[in-house]
Amino acid sequence: MSLWSKHAIFEKNSIILVIGVLIVIAIGGLVEIVPLFYLKSTIEKVDGIRPYTPLELAGRNIYVREGCYLCHSQMIRPLRDEVERYGHYSLAAESMYDRPFQWGSKRTGPDLARVGAKYSDEWHRDHLHDPRSVVPGSVMPSYPWLATTDLDYAHIAEDMKVNAVLGVPYTPDMIANAASDVKAQSVADAPEAAALVKRYPKATARDYDGDPSRVTEADALIAYLQVLGTLVDFKLYDDKANIR
Amino acid sequence: MSVTAVPGKSMTLGEGGTAFAFAILAFLSLIIAAKAYTPEYAFHAYLFTAGSAAAVFAIVNRYFDRPAEPAPLFIDGKPNYNMGPVKFATVAAMFWGIAGFTVGLYIALELAFPFLNLDLPWISFGRLRPLHTSAVIFAFGGNVLLGTSFYVVQRTCRARLVGDIAPWFVILGYNFFILIAGTGYLLGITQSKEYAEPEWYADLWLTIVWVTYFLVFMGTIMRRTEPHIYVANWFYLAFILTIAVLHLGNNAAVPVSLFSAKSYIVWSGVQDAMVQWWYGHNAVGFFLTAGFLAIMYYFIPKRAERPVYSYRLSIIHFWALIFLYIWAGPHHLHYTALPDWAQTLGMTFSIMLWMPSWGGMINGLMTLSGAWDKLRTDPVLRMMVVSVAFYGMATFEGPVMSVKSVNSLSHYTDWTIGHVHSGALGWVGYISFGAIYCLVPWLWNRPLYSLKLVNWHFWISTIGIVLYISAMWVSGILQGLMWRAYTSLGFLEYSFIETVEAMHPFYVIRAMGGALFLLGALLMVWNLWQTVHSKEAAVAAAAPTLVPAE
Repeated sequence: MSLWSKHAIFEKNSIILVIGVLIVIAIGGLVEIVPLFYLKSTIEKVDGIRPYTPLELAGRNIYVREGCYLCHSQMIRPLRDEVERYGHYSLAAESMYDRPFQWGSKRTGPDLARVGAKYSDEWHRDHLHDPRSVVPGSVMPSYPWLATTDLDYAHIAEDMKVNAVLGVPYTPDMIANAASDVKAQSVADAPEAAALVKRYPKATARDYDGDPSRVTEADALIAYLQVLGTLVDFKLYDDKANIR
Repeated sequence: MSVTAVPGKSMTLGEGGTAFAFAILAFLSLIIAAKAYTPEYAFHAYLFTAGSAAAVFAIVNRYFDRPAEPAPLFIDGKPNYNMGPVKFATVAAMFWGIAGFTVGLYIALELAFPFLNLDLPWISFGRLRPLHTSAVIFAFGGNVLLGTSFYVVQRTCRARLVGDIAPWFVILGYNFFILIAGTGYLLGITQSKEYAEPEWYADLWLTIVWVTYFLVFMGTIMRRTEPHIYVANWFYLAFILTIAVLHLGNNAAVPVSLFSAKSYIVWSGVQDAMVQWWYGHNAVGFFLTAGFLAIMYYFIPKRAERPVYSYRLSIIHFWALIFLYIWAGPHHLHYTALPDWAQTLGMTFSIMLWMPSWGGMINGLMTLSGAWDKLRTDPVLRMMVVSVAFYGMATFEGPVMSVKSVNSLSHYTDWTIGHVHSGALGWVGYISFGAIYCLVPWLWNRPLYSLKLVNWHFWISTIGIVLYISAMWVSGILQGLMWRAYTSLGFLEYSFIETVEAMHPFYVIRAMGGALFLLGALLMVWNLWQTVHSKEAAVAAAAPTLVPAE
């Protein structure tokens, strides 16, 4: 009986009520979030993960702009059917440079975590232009404007600078060459491609959108899609080394 | 407007300061518009300029129109309630509700008939879907919460709302945030963090509005002439505080430039995922639950004319709910790259959360003790009671889906969408409709135009909800099972696209359900319009029982 009457202290003092609420709601979040920043086992050690090239980053920003994550996940769960359908389950390390993360919560379309190198650039071009031309039952919207809109990469170096401030290992060299790297990666046989690959291992320079005369949003988006899930070589990856 | 020199009348510090701040904002926005990296961002900067200029004009205009003295706190010993902002929020809630339901219906049809995307960027599914969720959650739900909280806090504290311009700033500033967020999605300005899509400048603006909201609400509580803070206000307070914490934590971002709409989130990858669903799940827990439970704790006892069933239960309900909810976020990340320990914590607390949820449901339903007969005669009360029943159903389904083995089937499917909508349409929608059906007659001091129409609204939208959620159960479970189906030879039985094609009939049924829900809401708008505007009703209200002391 007396304990119940003690509750009056919250009902009669608004400041105490506010402090009480703040303490009670702080606990769960602190316990679940803070350790993720210092427990080393949270993100496993993996070879091959590198920051996105400027073109891939610009493509990712288009992916973000169009809200692709609303229908496509980028997170393969360690379940038999998912591993057989999409490939090796996703590692935390694979999205360690992703701001924001795009794991998604709904699969109206298939998972895209390992869609890279699965289809040809031509397939992606046709698919983005009119999904039903290559997948008749698809309910995906068409994105014809991507191939006709020039990519706006005037400020991509600033984007990379912000990412560097936040901890993505973009070097001053990468930032200085951002605009020329965009151009070099979006055509085949550019002389600067060798330097690009040196900066970003495994990056491929080619004419993603089939129009060598210009850099379009389709170039960027397809470059991003084609790199998804390809950076880690799972023939060499030892998942026993990272048991958590 | 008449410019008359009233002796002793001078501009208050609040009026002058706010007008000055808005003048600076208008100027700053103009500079940003001129130097913006993209035309979309320049458009938003111009909106800020126009909005700020309008605010300066409104403040000065109001100064010339108002009497010299500030509004009295009491008139003849009765509190002089400030109901103007409440009225605005109520009307805004109905407007955004219809807009949000309509967009929802359209994107449901886009999924059933993809040609409806019409190859136009601004109406493609990926841009309209955040518009739908933000319009119904933050615009419709948010205005209901703002309006009811300002009403309830004044009534239960027997005190006039604190602030002169501040309450209006909260309501109008919040709706301006909605405008920026919504037009931003259509133009492709988004963070692509679910339910936290608005970019950094909209987030900053909302922070200012929200802090003012907290100060007005808190100040009114401190001004109360009742000794106790009523239970509904605990829930409102927890909602306001927690949403502030979540908003700041999840939207921590660094803009590319002052002249760019684009920003990068401070957190990345797995940490960003955890922060996002700590936010996302508690947007459900505090925006869509705690806030609307406050509505339940005021409007159901009021409408049923019965006291809250149990005072002790409400104490347990309150503290247990706000403590446990915060932990439940990781159940959105089962089997992902989030560490197992976090997933297990999330699942455990989600299951525990069932108890306070049902405690609250029981407290709401049992308030009807001795007044159950009113369910037959009062469709408004029926709507609110059924909403609590939907709350009970959704808060049972949620813990079930948070069990990892169930989640391995349900995650990524329409089951989640169905679950959300049983909570959103059934619980949040119905308790809001019930509150608005109460509020409009109280605020405008007229009887409700037609109870019969409320009855139609109730039944039409209930059929709509049932169609919606059962279609999503079937499609979700069906697709989940098809994804994991194996042939006798050990191969995956279905290609992905076969599972998409199997969804079509259910997407059509879902759209029909949504259309019925929208139809019900349109009936409501007409009913309320008639309530406020019909001449006969005004005569009938000659001897009202409730007299707001305005």
